[in-house]
Amino acid sequence: MPPTPTHCPYCALQCGMFVDAEAMITPREDVPANAGGALCQKGWTAGELLSAPDRVTAPLMRAHRDAPFERVSWEAALDRITAEVGRVQDRHGRDAVAVFGGGGLTNEKAYQLGKFARVALRTANIDYNGRFCMSSAAAAQNRAFGLDRGLPVPVTDVPEAGAILLAGGNVAETMPPFVRHLAAQRERGGRLIVVDPRETPTARLADLHLQLTPGTDLALANGLLHLAMTEGLIDEAYLARRVSGLEAVRTVVNAYWPERVERITGVPVPRLREAVRLLGTAARALILTARGAEQHATGTDTVTAFVNLALGLGLPGRPGSGFGCLTGQGNGQGGREHGQKADQLPGYRRIDDPAARRHVARVWGVRPEDLPGPGLSAAELLGALGTEDGPRALLVFGSNPVVSAPDSARVEKRLDALEFLAVADFVPSETAMRADVVLPTAQWAEETGTVTNLEGRVLLRRAARPRPAGVRDDLEIIAALAERLKAPGRFSTEPSEVFEELRAASAGGIADYSGITYERIVAETGVFWPCPGEGHPGTPRVFLDRFATPDGRARMVPVEHRGPVERPCADYPLHLTTGRVLAHYQSGAQTRRVRALVDAVPEAFVELHPDLAGRLGVDDGATVRVTSRRGSAVAKVRVCATIRRDTVFMPFHWAGAARANLLTNPALDPISRMPEFKVCAVRVDAVDQDRGTGSRG
Amino acid sequence: MRTVIVGNGMAGSRLVGELRSRDRRMPITVFGAEKARPYNRVMLSNVLAGASAPGDIHLTDPGWYADNDVDARLGLPITRIDRRERTVTSADGDVTPYDALVLATGSTPVVPPLPGLDAEGVVVFRTLEDCRAIVRHAESARSAVVVGGGLLGLEAARGLAGRGVPVTVVHRAGHLMDRQLDPEAGGVLRRTLHDLGVRTLLNARLSAARAEVGRVSGVELDDGTVLAADLVVLACGVRPETGLATASGLTVDRGVLVDDRLRSVDDPGVHAIGECAQHQGTVYGLVAPAWEQARVVADVLTGRTARYRGSRLVTRLKATGIELAAMGETGLGDDEAEVVRFTDPTRGTYKKIVIRDGLLVGAILLGETGTAGLLTQLYDRAEPLPADRLHLLFDGLGTGTPVDTPVRIPDTATVCRCNNVTKGRIRASWEAGARDVPGVAAETRATTGCGGCRDTVVGILEWLDRQDPGPHHEPGAEVSRL
Repeated sequence: MPPTPTHCPYCALQCGMFVDAEAMITPREDVPANAGGALCQKGWTAGELLSAPDRVTAPLMRAHRDAPFERVSWEAALDRITAEVGRVQDRHGRDAVAVFGGGGLTNEKAYQLGKFARVALRTANIDYNGRFCMSSAAAAQNRAFGLDRGLPVPVTDVPEAGAILLAGGNVAETMPPFVRHLAAQRERGGRLIVVDPRETPTARLADLHLQLTPGTDLALANGLLHLAMTEGLIDEAYLARRVSGLEAVRTVVNAYWPERVERITGVPVPRLREAVRLLGTAARALILTARGAEQHATGTDTVTAFVNLALGLGLPGRPGSGFGCLTGQGNGQGGREHGQKADQLPGYRRIDDPAARRHVARVWGVRPEDLPGPGLSAAELLGALGTEDGPRALLVFGSNPVVSAPDSARVEKRLDALEFLAVADFVPSETAMRADVVLPTAQWAEETGTVTNLEGRVLLRRAARPRPAGVRDDLEIIAALAERLKAPGRFSTEPSEVFEELRAASAGGIADYSGITYERIVAETGVFWPCPGEGHPGTPRVFLDRFATPDGRARMVPVEHRGPVERPCADYPLHLTTGRVLAHYQSGAQTRRVRALVDAVPEAFVELHPDLAGRLGVDDGATVRVTSRRGSAVAKVRVCATIRRDTVFMPFHWAGAARANLLTNPALDPISRMPEFKVCAVRVDAVDQDRGTGSRG
Repeated sequence: MRTVIVGNGMAGSRLVGELRSRDRRMPITVFGAEKARPYNRVMLSNVLAGASAPGDIHLTDPGWYADNDVDARLGLPITRIDRRERTVTSADGDVTPYDALVLATGSTPVVPPLPGLDAEGVVVFRTLEDCRAIVRHAESARSAVVVGGGLLGLEAARGLAGRGVPVTVVHRAGHLMDRQLDPEAGGVLRRTLHDLGVRTLLNARLSAARAEVGRVSGVELDDGTVLAADLVVLACGVRPETGLATASGLTVDRGVLVDDRLRSVDDPGVHAIGECAQHQGTVYGLVAPAWEQARVVADVLTGRTARYRGSRLVTRLKATGIELAAMGETGLGDDEAEVVRFTDPTRGTYKKIVIRDGLLVGAILLGETGTAGLLTQLYDRAEPLPADRLHLLFDGLGTGTPVDTPVRIPDTATVCRCNNVTKGRIRASWEAGARDVPGVAAETRATTGCGGCRDTVVGILEWLDRQDPGPHHEPGAEVSRL
């Protein structure tokens, strides 16, 4: 059997790869994202996931949370879930059963999960971990452009940009093959500007690094727009023709003169000027944000400030130029388009829009009035679990919130307060281990389905290997539960059939997939949405003619810097920021099971500036306790001069005592409901009895 | 709570915004003496320099007051405050009641009591209208004199020089910006200005302005010097505008005396912020303190607990071609504090850092301000200083990874970060026969991620080949390594 062409299970770049019968991986040459056959270590070793030693291969169940798990039949597990759902809904109402999905699920599964929640459970409460990823960028792009697609142009346009500003993204570690596009850009004389509190490997590639104070990205962006205005770099003709709202934004950014912005952000004025000059004089330029700028209680406004800058410079809607968000999870883009968000129906439709409800209800064969309304967003949903008015039972698919949600000790308490928890996963994740029932699921290379990568390009992942005996895929699980719950309509277990239904449900919506077929995806190496008909070529570059707003004009929205919710104080004098390392992914539930990746980075750590380490009297390798208002985490020190003196960094991939999310602030953005992962106030103390002596080497 | 704000300049307009962002419903009335919507005074130097149009520096757009339900009475000064009745009377005779009154009346420029200063062509530099007048005069002026070598005077002089008007600054003290700079910095600044076409006279006192048919033609100094000028800009400082406060019986020293909640010490119903207020003996003349005060008052008036503890002053000169930041106590010498200095007069660079008890208490950066962001934050937050003081003076020192050669890096060093490949493993693959990049990639996956380590891998292979050409080596092999 020849190796199967498919895509990587990890990040939103969705590198093309072949998987053979032995799960050996080789890169594909034909996928633009990793053209030239690039893969990072996670991609190369992804095959090992398929045979993770502790893989779950039979349903696990227990009578109560203190009892040990027992292997049970699928019938027994599904019957138990059905019975618990019925009992909880009878007693507490339909919304008392909630669903929590994931940005790694294929479009088909995300769609089916949303339909299952609305049609089979008839609960309003479904949301997903993508709320923790791109929701701020999504809200800001919808507000400005009327449409939210990660990148406005294909990655093959990246090398054409004369200047790129990347705010809060560390692609050299989070999606290494993307760096090749940046390298090609720089070979052609293009310039790269990186905004990050840390001098990351990505920042080291940059021509200009703006090493700002955590939580001040919005002030920085407003300051850059101020400079663009006073230095005559604004595109007045473009603004007059294509944009509304300039005057209100001008009056707000007038208060962000360079010296004030320098005092807020710590970024020297000459660097601000240089950044604006590079962006404003390039023939083509891209402004990109990622989680560093987005994961704040002011995330939507922060992204809006960068969108305003892009609009002021006349970038969006021009070939090779624009504003974009580097999505994070494998299907971070598609996962938010087809109905697993609390406020949305397939096709990026609003669930409170009567026309959208009528359309989707018709496809689903139900009455519009039977569809529930908007439910709780992810962090609010997790926070309400087991409370008087909150959900009493939860079904989790493709997510590990015990590690990935903010203030995760509280999440554990909420999960434990549930009357019933079922988790579908392929490994015994930290969240699965708190469940009543664990359903073993298939993985990326064992099932077929589409994903939409950071470009908005819809790709086909294909089953390359049989799944282990005893394992079912999510579509089968959802169909079996829907049948037991006597749901109306059809719940196919065939991905291509589900995709056909998704096409119909998305038709006429913002994210219109109706012209996309599996055959076209294969023939065209992916199809860009929106694609409203089979004769439509897809949309590699958005907004060339008009923006997706009612009047076709982009909207500038004035936004003010408010700063982080927690500022350093006497008790918690430092900023904590969190992020990823190259060898690991998200909650680590996958990558912590791959030997080479564990060897590369075996455990969590805390980055400290040498001056701070000196003040604390700790050396490289010493153990420290990091404490915020929510709790403490313990990890080893890495001393490095690449971080600000007032900031410490922890990666968030580990469970247990080194869990960064024990510390993070669950304060939410008022629009996107994004938690403030990227900055909180902490103190760092040496842990005396366990001083590292370098013995680990 | 009906809140009335008197004054719609930098302080008053900021307070309106701060209040509205906290409370959507509180009735707010703001009186502004100027007809114009509030504008950013800091940007007046941009207007003078021609970088911003006068219409482009406003801080609210025309629809803002209506959209935000704020009653804005622009171009309408207040003539009387009745504290017993809790009302204010505006110039049109209207009486407006208040529950809370905030005075943000700012200050007025000092015009020295000297003959001739009422002539056409003598202007102060304070408002947008003043700025327009200066620009108008500058269009035809053959030479200009700026009276006052402080922050505002130098910004005006630089703007005029940029417009091609020969300009002389007349300054009373022995060095420029004497309130913010030490004499040495003042000297360096003077040279920089000279190179930009601004002449400066120190220890010079104006005694009169000369006029011809009502229009200024020059100035006289008290040593008898006469300078020709058809434009004279007065930048001799400002005086807090406290007339209303005094007339209503509030205690006024230089400014309206206020406590930590910015309340008048006489009347808890009256607050004062900005340049008309005096807190702990200090009247602040910069924007940042006024905005901090606005934030505190907005908190206080919306029932939050907030206290004003005074501000740390950072002065920035906004003048094209001159980088200058000054903060805190810049005049201290080596006997009083730890002083770190760097001077490069030929390049116009002067840097001085003043440290006491391990904390930054003052700094001057002139000519090159790359560390101004760092210093301001260290000063604002009173944070511990870097062990190596060089970081305080020079940007970009001490971070970054040292560039190393393939020869010197140890075997344990990671060469390919994307695939976690060490130099040792590349050496091992070479020893096993891999002689080019594809060979090493096949063996170790190095170079297959971001591709950034390719040059290093080539370098290591070349070095290994030189160490031991070995049986596989062929002449010219280096060129085929890619």
